[in-house]
Amino acid sequence: MAATSNKPRVATVSLAGCFGCHMSLLDIDERLLDLAELIEFDRSPINDYKSFDGRRCAVGLIEGGCANEENVRVLRDFRTHCDVLVSVGACAINGGIPALRNMVSVEECIDEAYRSGLTVVNPDGILPDDPELPRLLDRVRPCHEVVKIDYHLPGCPPSADTIWNALTALLSGAPPELPYPLIKYD
Amino acid sequence: MTAALASAIGEICDGVGRDPTRLLDVARAVQERFRCVSTAATDHIAKELGVPRGDVDGLVSFYAFLSREPKGRVVIRLSDDIIDRLHGFDRVRDAFGRALGIEPGQTTPDGAITLETTSCIGMCDQAPAALVNEVVVTDLSTDRAREIVGDLRDHMEPARLVRTFGDGNNAHDLVRAMVNNNIRAEGPFVLSELQRGEAVSKAIGVSPAEVIRAVKTARLRGRGGAGFPTGMKWEYARNAEPPDGSRRKFVICNADEGEPGTFKDRVILTERADRVLAGMTIAGYAIGAEEGILYLRDEYAYLQRYLEHLIDERRGDGLLGPRILGTDFGFDVRIQMGAGAYICGEETALINSCEGKRGDPRNRPPFPAQSGYLGCPTIVNNPETLCCVTKIIETGPATFCAHGSPASSGTKLLSVSGDCHAPGVYELPFGLTLRALLDRAGAADAAAVQVGGPSGTMVAPDHFDRRIEFDDLATGGAIMVFGPDRDILEIVRGFMDFFVHESCGYCTPCRVGNVILRDRIARIIDDRGEPSDLDELETLSQTIRATSRCGLGQTSPNPVLSTLESFRSAYEQRVEADPDGFRRSFDLASSVCLTVSPDARPSSGGREPSP
Repeated sequence: MAATSNKPRVATVSLAGCFGCHMSLLDIDERLLDLAELIEFDRSPINDYKSFDGRRCAVGLIEGGCANEENVRVLRDFRTHCDVLVSVGACAINGGIPALRNMVSVEECIDEAYRSGLTVVNPDGILPDDPELPRLLDRVRPCHEVVKIDYHLPGCPPSADTIWNALTALLSGAPPELPYPLIKYD
Repeated sequence: MTAALASAIGEICDGVGRDPTRLLDVARAVQERFRCVSTAATDHIAKELGVPRGDVDGLVSFYAFLSREPKGRVVIRLSDDIIDRLHGFDRVRDAFGRALGIEPGQTTPDGAITLETTSCIGMCDQAPAALVNEVVVTDLSTDRAREIVGDLRDHMEPARLVRTFGDGNNAHDLVRAMVNNNIRAEGPFVLSELQRGEAVSKAIGVSPAEVIRAVKTARLRGRGGAGFPTGMKWEYARNAEPPDGSRRKFVICNADEGEPGTFKDRVILTERADRVLAGMTIAGYAIGAEEGILYLRDEYAYLQRYLEHLIDERRGDGLLGPRILGTDFGFDVRIQMGAGAYICGEETALINSCEGKRGDPRNRPPFPAQSGYLGCPTIVNNPETLCCVTKIIETGPATFCAHGSPASSGTKLLSVSGDCHAPGVYELPFGLTLRALLDRAGAADAAAVQVGGPSGTMVAPDHFDRRIEFDDLATGGAIMVFGPDRDILEIVRGFMDFFVHESCGYCTPCRVGNVILRDRIARIIDDRGEPSDLDELETLSQTIRATSRCGLGQTSPNPVLSTLESFRSAYEQRVEADPDGFRRSFDLASSVCLTVSPDARPSSGGREPSP
């Protein structure tokens, strides 16, 4: 990637998500080259940078909601470093599939996953307890319940065209063109 | 037990002629006898009445006074609304809880006494109040709560809790209630003395069309709150054709006075029920109906025997029955008891309830005047409206119009409660200013007044010159006064609690949206709100209003919208933006689940790996 420092910087992250939204971002295909002309990626799974280096980012794209304390910390870090934050996709906006666990207690959830589930083989009943593992939140939260989110891009995932249109509009300051076929889901 | 249950249910169903539209009556009777409508009872009822099991189950789960699990032999229902809360509801609730050794929602281990809270029981002028089975106890205190529990433990007879009777017919042998009327202003119409039979005989002396014309000339509008022109409603029903093969039309009196802070129908039914029954008869004559239903809310069950007695008396006097005053016109009334559901005050929900269904509102059109009870043309009127009709017939429309303001003729009964010296019922001409009313009620220092119950408008002092009339502050009659020490947001939270509880759940924006509104208000009260919350409250309120099917959802955001407008500073003082853009309402430390990993995992766990 060309090291031009005056291009707007864009950071992306997948919190409690499935990386589907990131796959959708990659789905812009050859427009990735246009994107590379337009922006510089800051921390993102795309370049595998793991942290901010202190420079301001114009845009942060957030996939996934917050299921654990690490998600919260990363999201807050994004809020601190990015001018504009966009919740991308159902999990960031609503909690999505991970938030299904909000219907039961965390205890029951862990028990089902690691002890009493039909397909679980765990004779000693050991629960994952590595200190590196972040602690779970009592319930999964959409991003806007944790920090201020400026825009929401719905979809599961939002299509490549949706992401492209929204992102380029955001960078150029023009209102996004999101015709109905791009944002209907039935 | 099962055999006893089966035969009892058989008898109860026989009692209503095995008519599936009387399902609510059957369920109430079973509840009363067995203290619950159990799964087994549900099966029996479904079989006896030939209705799907789901209908019975749905009904039982809908009404607050029906339950699947057994209740105690005595059920104490504490009225929980904002006025009760102002007058020490919390302390009284705790006193009952301590004396009984249980929390609200529980039954004592011996199965004797259940403690519950319920929405406004129509006693705001003598709050805090409670129902003990159907006996009303008023002006409660912590001492009185302990006393009541002691007495009940002693004799288990709620009727014996009443030591002194209230004024007027509250002391009647068939009522025997400690409730007071608290009539503070007796106007010339609704609460005026009457001569039994005068209005009905005058009405049937002229043609039905002339009766409707008189009601129209008097410009009478519905007193329940919506203000629909009564004469027009009657004319629609008169001209409507009953479904094929039927000649039936119906008059329903909506005495499901559930709007918190309203209690004027209680007083009308206690003191002027004769007017209500006369009004129903006249309405029947006008639209060509022979059957009337008085829908009485369960909270007023203590008036049921008295009202039935009045109906009997009127039959004896030839004012109800097959040949009224010797003419060919016949009309009779039955009482339909509700079972604790605010939404049943909405006319289409009320009609469903009369048909023995869940009180879910219906889609309109068709309007009840075209297709209402059992699909027949039906008018639903407020008791006060019917009282006005009798007076219009007695004295003529001109006398009626001489009172009130041009667009709002006649008088209005106002239920005044809260921070004032003289809570009670005032019959005053339409068009009076709020200030004039507050002066009369001894509430000169009022800081806020809620007009029209939770779904109405919160009025600030600089608007006390607004008038109580249909064109300005339209109201079903609830006036709640709040003094300078009251927290506006707490009041709003109280109102939202109410709507959350009473939403029937059919429309998602109402079922879910009201919960979000309430929680957002709570967040602001907890000093965790942000300025953006105010915009979100407003947007969400508009959504709920625009996308709910019935009046409940369409008006439930009013407490929020009206206070955002007239008491905005109460909100603005308590919201603050976070400089980092973090949500003030989210606290990481208290949101982390510790029970799953009780080990002392370092709080830095889940750090970002180094780049």
